[in-house]
Amino acid sequence: MVFRRFVEIGRVVLVNYGKDRGKLGVIVDVVDHNRALVDGPLTGLARQTINWKSLTLTPFKVKIQHSSRTGVVRKAWEEAKITEQWQNTAWYKKLCARRNKQKLGDFDRFKVMIAKKRKSAMIHSQWKRLKSQQQ
Amino acid sequence: MVSKSRDVRRRLKEKAARKEAQLKTMSDKPSKPKMKWYPTEDKPRKLFLRKKPQKRTKLRASITPGTVLILLSGRFRGRRVIFLKQLASGLLLVTGPFELNGVPLRRVNQRYVIATSTKVDIQSVEIPPVDDSWFKKNKKNKKRSKEELTDTGKSKLPETFVNTQRSIDSQLVPLVKQVPFLKSYLCSRFCLSYGQFPHEMRF
Repeated sequence: MVFRRFVEIGRVVLVNYGKDRGKLGVIVDVVDHNRALVDGPLTGLARQTINWKSLTLTPFKVKIQHSSRTGVVRKAWEEAKITEQWQNTAWYKKLCARRNKQKLGDFDRFKVMIAKKRKSAMIHSQWKRLKSQQQ
Repeated sequence: MVSKSRDVRRRLKEKAARKEAQLKTMSDKPSKPKMKWYPTEDKPRKLFLRKKPQKRTKLRASITPGTVLILLSGRFRGRRVIFLKQLASGLLLVTGPFELNGVPLRRVNQRYVIATSTKVDIQSVEIPPVDDSWFKKNKKNKKRSKEELTDTGKSKLPETFVNTQRSIDSQLVPLVKQVPFLKSYLCSRFCLSYGQFPHEMRF
């Protein structure tokens, strides 16, 4: 089996375009080959149809019937503990890191640059030491 | 005879009137031209300007005394400097400080500056009485005596400039040194690298 994430009712998706960018939702219904009905009662994502192009499938799934109401989706979401699971993924952490990096001011960027330099200098010195030991 | 004398009087009156009219037309015409030629072009003259009292330039909200600014133009472009105060002309009074990055007390337009969110607390600093006239060069003595020239042939800075710069530097540098990394930050130049877009960045 190659694919593990499928387009299916209850699949948790990440919106990666538009004003809801970065929010999670659940596929409630498949409208056509372009759009899905998505709902995210706990993530601030209003129930709406969204183009597949702006959705990314996540490894999580929620147990719901198709066209379930918002309340049902919310319950299923809470039962599956999707929020906790999502926040433990490296994916989420990476997104957060990227967002934090954008918030940095000029002075912070400078300090990051210094830290990076120090780190690479340390690595380099260790690398040199090990190399000389080998010879 | 009465009628005749009346007639004569009337004729005399008419004659006088004619003469007067003639004289009047004569005086209207210039007896002889005052100038032999007239200029082909109008003389340039100054335009009439309504002088309104100039409004002081509004300082950007992000710039307050102590704000670190990035200079964008001029020979110090890319340098990070400390903003001291706004002058009457609306220009910003900044300094490197000179001791750290070589930027002396200088006036810059806020248009040519990026305000960063970094601020140095300069409340305790006594800003020297520097105004716009302080920056005006003394043009009177164009030929400088040898005493005023350095060995390389450049003119020496007046003592007042040097002393004022020293007094502000001696106050600012200890403040800068209190904050870790701030000194090296002010010493370094701002630049953009690949994938950095100034309109998407925060300062």
